Amino acid sequence: MNTVIEGKDINVKSRERVLLDVKRIGLNKGEIFAVIGPNGAGKSTLLRVMALLQVPQRGEIYFKGEKVARKDRVRIRRKMAVVFQEPLFLNATVLENITLGLKIRGVNQRVAMEKAEYWLERFKAEKLSNRWARSLSGGEAQRVSLARAFALEPEVLFLDEPFSNLDVFIRESLIADFFEALKTTGITTLFITHDLEEVLLFANRVMVLMGGKVVQEGTPLELVENPLTDELKRFIQAWERSKAKMLHLL
Amino acid sequence: MDTIVEGVKKAVLMLVTLDADIYRITLFTLKVSGIATLISLAISLPVAFFIALKDFPGKKILISLANLGMGLPPTVVGLWVCLLLWRSGPLGRLRLIYTPTAIVIAQTVIATPVIMALVTAALQQVDKKLRWHIMALGATPLQMLFLMVREARYSILAAVIAGFGAVISEVGASMMVGGNIAGYTRVLTTAIVLETSKGNFEDALALSFILLLMAYLGTLALTYLQQRRHKDEYGN
Repeated sequence: MNTVIEGKDINVKSRERVLLDVKRIGLNKGEIFAVIGPNGAGKSTLLRVMALLQVPQRGEIYFKGEKVARKDRVRIRRKMAVVFQEPLFLNATVLENITLGLKIRGVNQRVAMEKAEYWLERFKAEKLSNRWARSLSGGEAQRVSLARAFALEPEVLFLDEPFSNLDVFIRESLIADFFEALKTTGITTLFITHDLEEVLLFANRVMVLMGGKVVQEGTPLELVENPLTDELKRFIQAWERSKAKMLHLL
Repeated sequence: MDTIVEGVKKAVLMLVTLDADIYRITLFTLKVSGIATLISLAISLPVAFFIALKDFPGKKILISLANLGMGLPPTVVGLWVCLLLWRSGPLGRLRLIYTPTAIVIAQTVIATPVIMALVTAALQQVDKKLRWHIMALGATPLQMLFLMVREARYSILAAVIAGFGAVISEVGASMMVGGNIAGYTRVLTTAIVLETSKGNFEDALALSFILLLMAYLGTLALTYLQQRRHKDEYGN
Protein backbone atom coordinates (compact mmCIF):
# COMPACT_ATOMS: atom_id res chain seq x y z
CA MET A 1 0.00 0.00 0.00
CA ASN A 2 1.13 3.55 -0.65
CA THR A 3 -0.65 5.06 2.36
CA VAL A 4 1.60 7.74 3.82
CA ILE A 5 -0.36 8.65 6.92
CA GLU A 6 -3.29 6.89 8.48
CA GLY A 7 -5.44 7.42 11.55
CA LYS A 8 -7.35 4.52 13.07
CA ASP A 9 -10.21 4.57 15.54
CA ILE A 10 -9.63 8.19 16.56
CA ASN A 11 -11.72 9.45 19.43
CA VAL A 12 -11.41 12.88 21.06
CA LYS A 13 -13.56 13.94 23.99
CA SER A 14 -13.89 17.12 25.97
CA ARG A 15 -15.70 16.74 29.30
CA GLU A 16 -17.46 13.59 28.10
CA ARG A 17 -18.66 15.33 24.92
CA VAL A 18 -17.40 13.49 21.82
CA LEU A 19 -15.66 15.98 19.52
CA LEU A 20 -14.31 13.45 17.07
CA ASP A 21 -15.06 9.81 16.31
CA VAL A 22 -13.35 8.65 13.10
CA LYS A 23 -12.87 4.95 12.37
CA ARG A 24 -10.28 5.44 9.65
CA ILE A 25 -8.67 8.19 7.62
CA GLY A 26 -5.81 7.48 5.23
CA LEU A 27 -3.86 9.60 2.76
CA ASN A 28 -2.21 7.96 -0.23
CA LYS A 29 1.11 9.23 -1.56
CA GLY A 30 0.76 12.44 -3.59
CA GLU A 31 -2.98 12.84 -3.14
CA ILE A 32 -4.81 15.93 -1.96
CA PHE A 33 -7.32 14.81 0.60
CA ALA A 34 -9.93 17.34 1.67
CA VAL A 35 -11.95 17.27 4.86
CA ILE A 36 -15.06 19.38 4.66
CA GLY A 37 -17.81 20.17 7.11
CA PRO A 38 -19.59 23.01 8.86
CA ASN A 39 -18.10 24.96 11.77
CA GLY A 40 -17.72 22.81 14.87
CA ALA A 41 -17.61 19.55 12.88
CA GLY A 42 -14.23 18.59 14.38
CA LYS A 43 -12.15 19.31 11.26
CA SER A 44 -9.37 21.24 13.00
CA THR A 45 -9.25 18.70 15.84
CA LEU A 46 -8.80 15.94 13.24
CA LEU A 47 -5.97 17.92 11.61
CA ARG A 48 -4.20 18.42 14.96
CA VAL A 49 -4.48 14.72 15.78
CA MET A 50 -3.18 13.66 12.35
CA ALA A 51 -0.35 16.24 12.52
CA LEU A 52 0.63 14.79 15.94
CA LEU A 53 -0.09 18.06 17.72
CA GLN A 54 -2.86 16.64 19.88
CA VAL A 55 -3.05 13.23 21.51
CA PRO A 56 -6.51 11.68 21.13
CA GLN A 57 -8.20 9.90 24.02
CA ARG A 58 -8.25 6.78 21.83
CA GLY A 59 -6.76 5.80 18.50
CA GLU A 60 -3.44 5.51 16.73
CA ILE A 61 -1.61 7.29 13.93
CA TYR A 62 0.47 5.31 11.45
CA PHE A 63 3.18 6.90 9.31
CA LYS A 64 4.14 4.79 6.29
CA GLY A 65 2.71 1.78 8.06
CA GLU A 66 4.67 2.39 11.27
CA LYS A 67 2.65 3.06 14.40
CA VAL A 68 3.74 6.43 15.82
CA ALA A 69 4.82 5.89 19.41
CA ARG A 70 5.10 8.76 21.88
CA LYS A 71 8.91 8.81 21.59
CA ASP A 72 8.70 9.07 17.78
CA ARG A 73 6.34 12.03 17.61
CA VAL A 74 9.01 14.75 17.19
CA ARG A 75 10.88 12.69 14.57
CA ILE A 76 7.70 12.14 12.51
CA ARG A 77 6.54 15.74 13.00
CA ARG A 78 9.76 16.78 11.25
CA LYS A 79 8.48 15.07 8.10
CA MET A 80 5.36 17.23 8.12
CA ALA A 81 4.34 20.87 7.87
CA VAL A 82 1.19 22.67 8.98
CA VAL A 83 -0.43 25.87 7.73
CA PHE A 84 -3.01 27.18 10.13
CA GLN A 85 -6.03 29.35 9.39
CA GLU A 86 -4.46 32.16 11.40
CA PRO A 87 -0.82 32.61 10.35
CA LEU A 88 1.14 33.04 13.56
CA PHE A 89 4.77 34.01 13.76
CA LEU A 90 7.49 34.28 16.31
CA ASN A 91 8.62 37.73 17.36
CA ALA A 92 11.23 37.97 14.56
CA THR A 93 11.66 38.84 10.88
CA VAL A 94 10.00 36.92 8.02
CA LEU A 95 13.29 35.30 7.00
CA GLU A 96 14.07 34.24 10.58
CA ASN A 97 10.60 32.75 10.90
CA ILE A 98 11.03 30.68 7.73
CA THR A 99 14.56 29.49 8.48
CA LEU A 100 13.71 28.62 12.09
CA GLY A 101 11.80 25.44 11.21
CA LEU A 102 14.61 24.33 8.91
CA LYS A 103 17.24 24.98 11.57
CA ILE A 104 15.15 23.05 14.12
CA ARG A 105 15.24 20.16 11.64
CA GLY A 106 19.03 20.32 11.45
CA VAL A 107 19.43 22.19 8.13
CA ASN A 108 22.48 24.49 8.13
CA GLN A 109 22.08 28.26 7.96
CA ARG A 110 23.21 28.69 4.32
CA VAL A 111 20.90 26.01 2.93
CA ALA A 112 18.04 27.25 5.14
CA MET A 113 18.46 30.78 3.74
CA GLU A 114 18.52 29.48 0.16
CA LYS A 115 15.34 27.45 0.65
CA ALA A 116 13.60 30.34 2.45
CA GLU A 117 14.46 32.82 -0.31
CA TYR A 118 13.42 30.35 -3.04
CA TRP A 119 9.99 29.73 -1.50
CA LEU A 120 9.40 33.38 -0.66
CA GLU A 121 9.96 34.10 -4.35
CA ARG A 122 7.62 31.28 -5.42
CA PHE A 123 4.91 32.86 -3.28
CA LYS A 124 5.76 36.38 -4.51
CA ALA A 125 6.79 37.46 -1.02
CA GLU A 126 10.53 38.03 -1.53
CA LYS A 127 10.19 41.74 -0.73
CA LEU A 128 8.87 40.86 2.71
CA SER A 129 11.93 38.89 3.85
CA ASN A 130 13.32 41.57 6.18
CA ARG A 131 9.96 42.79 7.45
CA TRP A 132 8.94 42.10 11.06
CA ALA A 133 6.62 39.07 10.65
CA ARG A 134 3.96 40.40 13.00
CA SER A 135 3.59 43.61 11.03
CA LEU A 136 2.35 41.81 7.87
CA SER A 137 -1.17 42.14 6.52
CA GLY A 138 -3.45 39.08 6.45
CA GLY A 139 -2.68 38.22 2.82
CA GLU A 140 1.07 38.79 3.19
CA ALA A 141 1.15 36.71 6.36
CA GLN A 142 -0.59 33.77 4.67
CA ARG A 143 1.83 33.96 1.71
CA VAL A 144 4.75 33.77 4.16
CA SER A 145 3.03 31.01 6.11
CA LEU A 146 2.67 28.89 2.94
CA ALA A 147 6.28 29.65 1.92
CA ARG A 148 7.41 28.54 5.40
CA ALA A 149 5.53 25.24 5.07
CA PHE A 150 6.83 24.45 1.56
CA ALA A 151 10.40 25.44 2.55
CA LEU A 152 10.34 22.58 5.05
CA GLU A 153 9.91 20.16 2.09
CA PRO A 154 7.51 17.99 4.06
CA GLU A 155 6.29 14.55 3.09
CA VAL A 156 2.83 15.50 4.34
CA LEU A 157 1.33 18.98 4.30
CA PHE A 158 -1.58 19.92 6.55
CA LEU A 159 -3.68 22.96 5.75
CA ASP A 160 -6.36 24.30 8.05
CA GLU A 161 -8.58 26.63 6.01
CA PRO A 162 -5.64 28.79 4.90
CA PHE A 163 -7.70 30.95 2.53
CA SER A 164 -10.82 31.51 4.60
CA ASN A 165 -9.81 34.88 6.14
CA LEU A 166 -8.63 36.51 2.92
CA ASP A 167 -10.42 38.89 0.60
CA VAL A 168 -11.42 37.61 -2.84
CA PHE A 169 -8.56 39.17 -4.86
CA ILE A 170 -5.74 38.04 -2.57
CA ARG A 171 -7.42 34.66 -2.21
CA GLU A 172 -7.57 34.06 -5.94
CA SER A 173 -3.92 34.92 -6.55
CA LEU A 174 -2.70 32.97 -3.52
CA ILE A 175 -4.73 29.90 -4.48
CA ALA A 176 -3.10 30.00 -7.93
CA ASP A 177 0.42 30.14 -6.43
CA PHE A 178 -0.45 27.45 -3.93
CA PHE A 179 -1.91 25.12 -6.55
CA GLU A 180 1.17 25.58 -8.73
CA ALA A 181 3.42 24.73 -5.76
CA LEU A 182 1.37 21.63 -4.96
CA LYS A 183 1.47 20.47 -8.57
CA THR A 184 5.24 20.80 -8.88
CA THR A 185 6.09 19.23 -5.51
CA GLY A 186 3.45 16.50 -5.42
CA ILE A 187 3.29 16.66 -1.63
CA THR A 188 0.67 14.50 0.06
CA THR A 189 -1.82 17.00 1.48
CA LEU A 190 -4.60 17.03 4.04
CA PHE A 191 -6.75 20.04 3.35
CA ILE A 192 -9.37 21.29 5.81
CA THR A 193 -12.06 23.60 4.49
CA HIS A 194 -15.71 24.51 4.76
CA ASP A 195 -15.78 25.75 1.17
CA LEU A 196 -16.99 23.21 -1.39
CA GLU A 197 -15.43 25.26 -4.17
CA GLU A 198 -11.94 24.63 -2.77
CA VAL A 199 -12.70 20.91 -2.62
CA LEU A 200 -13.78 20.83 -6.25
CA LEU A 201 -10.72 22.86 -7.19
CA PHE A 202 -8.00 20.86 -5.42
CA ALA A 203 -9.04 17.57 -3.94
CA ASN A 204 -8.61 14.04 -5.30
CA ARG A 205 -10.67 12.68 -2.44
CA VAL A 206 -12.92 14.22 0.16
CA MET A 207 -14.25 13.26 3.56
CA VAL A 208 -17.32 14.96 5.02
CA LEU A 209 -17.29 15.48 8.76
CA MET A 210 -20.39 16.44 10.71
CA GLY A 211 -20.70 16.44 14.48
CA GLY A 212 -17.31 14.72 14.72
CA LYS A 213 -18.39 11.78 12.56
CA VAL A 214 -17.64 10.82 8.97
CA VAL A 215 -20.78 11.22 6.89
CA GLN A 216 -19.36 10.39 3.47
CA GLU A 217 -16.06 9.75 1.73
CA GLY A 218 -15.30 9.66 -1.98
CA THR A 219 -14.34 11.83 -4.92
CA PRO A 220 -15.55 15.46 -4.94
CA LEU A 221 -17.84 14.67 -7.88
CA GLU A 222 -19.46 11.73 -6.06
CA LEU A 223 -20.08 14.00 -3.12
CA VAL A 224 -21.83 16.70 -5.14
CA GLU A 225 -23.77 14.32 -7.37
CA ASN A 226 -24.75 11.81 -4.76
CA PRO A 227 -24.80 13.14 -1.20
CA LEU A 228 -25.69 10.25 1.08
CA THR A 229 -27.56 11.98 3.90
CA ASP A 230 -30.25 14.65 4.10
CA GLU A 231 -27.96 16.80 6.25
CA LEU A 232 -25.29 16.67 3.57
CA LYS A 233 -27.84 17.48 0.85
CA ARG A 234 -28.87 20.55 2.85
CA PHE A 235 -25.18 21.52 3.31
CA ILE A 236 -24.57 21.32 -0.45
CA GLN A 237 -27.83 23.13 -1.25
CA ALA A 238 -26.89 25.92 1.19
CA TRP A 239 -23.51 26.26 -0.53
CA GLU A 240 -25.15 26.35 -3.99
CA ARG A 241 -27.64 28.99 -2.80
CA SER A 242 -24.86 31.20 -1.41
CA LYS A 243 -22.91 30.87 -4.67
CA ALA A 244 -26.01 31.72 -6.72
CA LYS A 245 -26.65 34.70 -4.49
CA MET A 246 -23.09 35.92 -4.99
CA LEU A 247 -23.35 35.50 -8.76
CA HIS A 248 -26.64 37.41 -8.69
CA LEU A 249 -25.00 40.24 -6.74
CA LEU A 250 -22.15 40.41 -9.23
CA MET B 1 16.93 68.56 55.24
CA ASP B 2 20.65 69.14 55.95
CA THR B 3 21.06 65.44 56.65
CA ILE B 4 19.59 64.54 53.25
CA VAL B 5 21.83 67.05 51.42
CA GLU B 6 24.87 65.82 53.32
CA GLY B 7 23.86 62.24 52.53
CA VAL B 8 23.67 62.97 48.79
CA LYS B 9 27.04 64.78 48.90
CA LYS B 10 28.63 61.90 50.77
CA ALA B 11 27.19 59.33 48.32
CA VAL B 12 28.63 61.22 45.36
CA LEU B 13 31.97 61.60 47.18
CA MET B 14 32.09 57.89 48.04
CA LEU B 15 31.40 56.93 44.43
CA VAL B 16 33.76 59.50 42.90
CA THR B 17 36.65 58.79 45.29
CA LEU B 18 36.21 55.05 44.78
CA ASP B 19 35.71 54.38 48.50
CA ALA B 20 37.07 50.86 48.94
CA ASP B 21 34.54 49.74 51.55
CA ILE B 22 31.62 51.02 49.51
CA TYR B 23 32.81 49.33 46.33
CA ARG B 24 33.42 46.07 48.18
CA ILE B 25 29.97 46.11 49.81
CA THR B 26 28.28 47.15 46.55
CA LEU B 27 30.03 44.48 44.51
CA PHE B 28 29.37 41.85 47.18
CA THR B 29 25.68 42.85 47.27
CA LEU B 30 25.44 42.60 43.49
CA LYS B 31 27.24 39.25 43.56
CA VAL B 32 25.09 37.49 46.18
CA SER B 33 21.81 38.96 44.90
CA GLY B 34 22.81 38.24 41.29
CA ILE B 35 23.72 34.61 42.05
CA ALA B 36 20.51 34.12 44.06
CA THR B 37 18.47 35.59 41.18
CA LEU B 38 20.16 33.35 38.61
CA ILE B 39 19.62 30.23 40.75
CA SER B 40 15.97 31.22 41.21
CA LEU B 41 15.60 31.67 37.45
CA ALA B 42 17.20 28.27 36.79
CA ILE B 43 14.73 26.65 39.24
CA SER B 44 11.75 28.67 38.02
CA LEU B 45 12.08 28.23 34.23
CA PRO B 46 11.53 24.45 33.95
CA VAL B 47 8.88 24.45 36.71
CA ALA B 48 7.03 27.41 35.16
CA PHE B 49 7.27 25.75 31.72
CA PHE B 50 5.72 22.58 33.15
CA ILE B 51 2.98 24.50 35.00
CA ALA B 52 2.19 26.66 31.96
CA LEU B 53 1.99 23.83 29.43
CA LYS B 54 0.68 20.82 31.30
CA ASP B 55 -2.64 20.16 32.91
CA PHE B 56 -2.36 18.20 36.14
CA PRO B 57 -4.29 17.88 39.41
CA GLY B 58 -3.33 20.60 41.89
CA LYS B 59 -2.07 23.00 39.21
CA LYS B 60 -4.13 25.92 40.54
CA ILE B 61 -3.00 25.19 44.10
CA LEU B 62 0.66 25.24 42.98
CA ILE B 63 0.18 28.57 41.17
CA SER B 64 -1.61 30.05 44.20
CA LEU B 65 1.27 28.89 46.45
CA ALA B 66 3.78 30.62 44.15
CA ASN B 67 1.62 33.75 44.21
CA LEU B 68 1.46 33.54 47.99
CA GLY B 69 5.24 33.15 48.10
CA MET B 70 5.62 36.47 46.28
CA GLY B 71 4.77 38.15 49.57
CA LEU B 72 6.97 35.90 51.72
CA PRO B 73 8.40 38.08 54.55
CA PRO B 74 12.24 38.00 54.41
CA THR B 75 12.46 37.71 58.21
CA VAL B 76 10.36 34.54 58.08
CA VAL B 77 12.66 33.12 55.38
CA GLY B 78 15.64 34.20 57.48
CA LEU B 79 14.25 32.34 60.47
CA TRP B 80 13.62 29.11 58.49
CA VAL B 81 17.02 29.17 56.85
CA CYS B 82 18.65 29.92 60.24
CA LEU B 83 16.91 26.93 61.78
CA LEU B 84 18.13 24.75 58.92
CA LEU B 85 21.72 26.02 58.91
CA TRP B 86 22.42 26.54 62.60
CA ARG B 87 25.16 24.29 63.94
CA SER B 88 22.55 22.19 65.74
CA GLY B 89 20.15 22.28 62.73
CA PRO B 90 19.60 19.54 60.11
CA LEU B 91 22.18 21.10 57.75
CA GLY B 92 24.48 22.36 60.53
CA ARG B 93 27.29 20.01 59.51
CA LEU B 94 27.72 22.04 56.30
CA ARG B 95 28.84 25.03 58.46
CA LEU B 96 27.08 27.54 56.21
CA ILE B 97 25.50 29.87 58.78
CA TYR B 98 26.96 33.41 58.71
CA THR B 99 28.55 32.85 55.30
CA PRO B 100 27.81 34.43 51.90
CA THR B 101 26.37 31.05 50.81
CA ALA B 102 23.76 31.30 53.58
CA ILE B 103 22.68 34.71 52.22
CA VAL B 104 22.46 33.27 48.69
CA ILE B 105 20.29 30.38 49.99
CA ALA B 106 17.94 32.74 51.85
CA GLN B 107 17.68 35.15 48.93
CA THR B 108 17.03 32.25 46.52
CA VAL B 109 14.09 31.21 48.71
CA ILE B 110 12.77 34.78 48.57
CA ALA B 111 13.27 35.32 44.82
CA THR B 112 12.09 31.91 43.55
CA PRO B 113 8.32 32.36 44.14
CA VAL B 114 8.43 35.87 42.67
CA ILE B 115 10.22 34.77 39.51
CA MET B 116 8.28 31.49 39.22
CA ALA B 117 4.85 33.15 39.49
CA LEU B 118 5.72 35.89 37.00
CA VAL B 119 7.46 33.54 34.52
CA THR B 120 4.48 31.14 34.68
CA ALA B 121 2.13 34.02 33.86
CA ALA B 122 4.47 35.15 31.04
CA LEU B 123 4.61 31.68 29.48
CA GLN B 124 0.85 31.18 29.86
CA GLN B 125 0.34 34.38 27.89
CA VAL B 126 2.14 32.95 24.86
CA ASP B 127 -0.68 32.14 22.41
CA LYS B 128 -1.65 28.45 22.57
CA LYS B 129 -1.85 28.40 18.77
CA LEU B 130 1.74 29.65 18.60
CA ARG B 131 2.75 26.65 20.71
CA TRP B 132 1.14 24.41 18.08
CA HIS B 133 3.12 26.27 15.42
CA ILE B 134 6.37 25.64 17.28
CA MET B 135 5.49 21.97 17.76
CA ALA B 136 4.54 21.68 14.10
CA LEU B 137 7.96 23.00 13.11
CA GLY B 138 9.37 19.89 14.78
CA ALA B 139 10.71 21.38 18.01
CA THR B 140 11.87 19.07 20.81
CA PRO B 141 10.60 19.95 24.33
CA LEU B 142 13.93 21.73 25.01
CA GLN B 143 13.69 23.75 21.77
CA MET B 144 10.07 24.52 22.68
CA LEU B 145 11.19 25.85 26.08
CA PHE B 146 13.91 27.95 24.43
CA LEU B 147 11.53 29.42 21.84
CA MET B 148 8.81 30.14 24.37
CA VAL B 149 11.32 31.86 26.65
CA ARG B 150 12.51 33.86 23.63
CA GLU B 151 8.92 34.75 22.85
CA ALA B 152 8.16 35.87 26.41
CA ARG B 153 11.64 37.33 26.96
CA TYR B 154 10.54 40.83 27.90
CA SER B 155 8.05 39.62 30.50
CA ILE B 156 10.65 37.15 31.80
CA LEU B 157 13.17 39.97 32.02
CA ALA B 158 10.64 41.94 34.07
CA ALA B 159 10.24 38.87 36.33
CA VAL B 160 14.02 38.71 36.80
CA ILE B 161 14.16 42.41 37.67
CA ALA B 162 11.30 41.94 40.16
CA GLY B 163 13.10 38.97 41.77
CA PHE B 164 16.40 40.83 41.85
CA GLY B 165 14.66 43.89 43.29
CA ALA B 166 13.08 41.76 46.01
CA VAL B 167 16.41 40.29 47.18
CA ILE B 168 18.66 43.30 46.80
CA SER B 169 16.30 45.35 48.93
CA GLU B 170 15.65 42.79 51.66
CA VAL B 171 17.42 43.11 54.97
CA GLY B 172 15.86 40.66 57.44
CA ALA B 173 17.08 37.40 55.94
CA SER B 174 20.58 38.69 55.09
CA MET B 175 20.99 39.99 58.62
CA MET B 176 19.76 36.77 60.26
CA VAL B 177 21.66 34.21 58.16
CA GLY B 178 24.69 36.34 57.23
CA GLY B 179 25.29 38.05 60.53
CA ASN B 180 26.36 41.38 58.91
CA ILE B 181 30.07 40.57 59.35
CA ALA B 182 32.26 43.43 58.07
CA GLY B 183 34.17 42.51 54.94
CA TYR B 184 32.54 39.07 54.79
CA THR B 185 28.74 39.06 54.82
CA ARG B 186 27.86 42.74 54.94
CA VAL B 187 25.52 43.87 52.16
CA LEU B 188 24.16 47.34 51.40
CA THR B 189 20.90 46.90 53.30
CA THR B 190 22.51 45.47 56.44
CA ALA B 191 25.15 48.23 56.28
CA ILE B 192 22.34 50.82 56.15
CA VAL B 193 20.71 49.26 59.24
CA LEU B 194 24.05 49.28 61.05
CA GLU B 195 24.91 52.89 60.19
CA THR B 196 21.39 54.03 61.18
CA SER B 197 21.62 52.21 64.52
CA LYS B 198 24.99 53.92 65.13
CA GLY B 199 23.43 57.32 64.37
CA ASN B 200 25.51 57.80 61.20
CA PHE B 201 22.55 59.00 59.16
CA GLU B 202 24.66 60.59 56.44
CA ASP B 203 26.51 57.32 55.78
CA ALA B 204 23.21 55.41 55.88
CA LEU B 205 21.67 57.85 53.42
CA ALA B 206 24.70 57.67 51.15
CA LEU B 207 24.37 53.87 51.06
CA SER B 208 20.63 54.15 50.42
CA PHE B 209 21.28 56.40 47.42
CA ILE B 210 23.74 53.88 46.02
CA LEU B 211 21.11 51.14 46.46
CA LEU B 212 18.51 53.30 44.72
CA LEU B 213 20.95 54.06 41.91
CA MET B 214 21.48 50.34 41.30
CA ALA B 215 17.73 49.72 41.28
CA TYR B 216 17.28 52.56 38.79
CA LEU B 217 20.03 51.28 36.49
CA GLY B 218 18.26 47.90 36.36
CA THR B 219 14.95 49.54 35.47
CA LEU B 220 16.64 51.74 32.89
CA ALA B 221 18.17 48.70 31.16
CA LEU B 222 14.75 47.01 31.04
CA THR B 223 13.09 50.13 29.65
CA TYR B 224 15.73 50.36 26.90
CA LEU B 225 15.12 46.73 25.93
CA GLN B 226 11.35 47.25 25.84
CA GLN B 227 11.67 50.35 23.72
CA ARG B 228 14.00 48.52 21.33
CA ARG B 229 11.33 45.84 20.88
CA HIS B 230 8.78 48.52 20.04
CA LYS B 231 11.11 49.93 17.43
CA ASP B 232 11.81 46.45 15.99
CA GLU B 233 8.14 45.58 15.65
CA TYR B 234 6.67 48.81 14.48
CA GLY B 235 9.70 50.48 12.92
CA ASN B 236 9.26 53.82 14.68
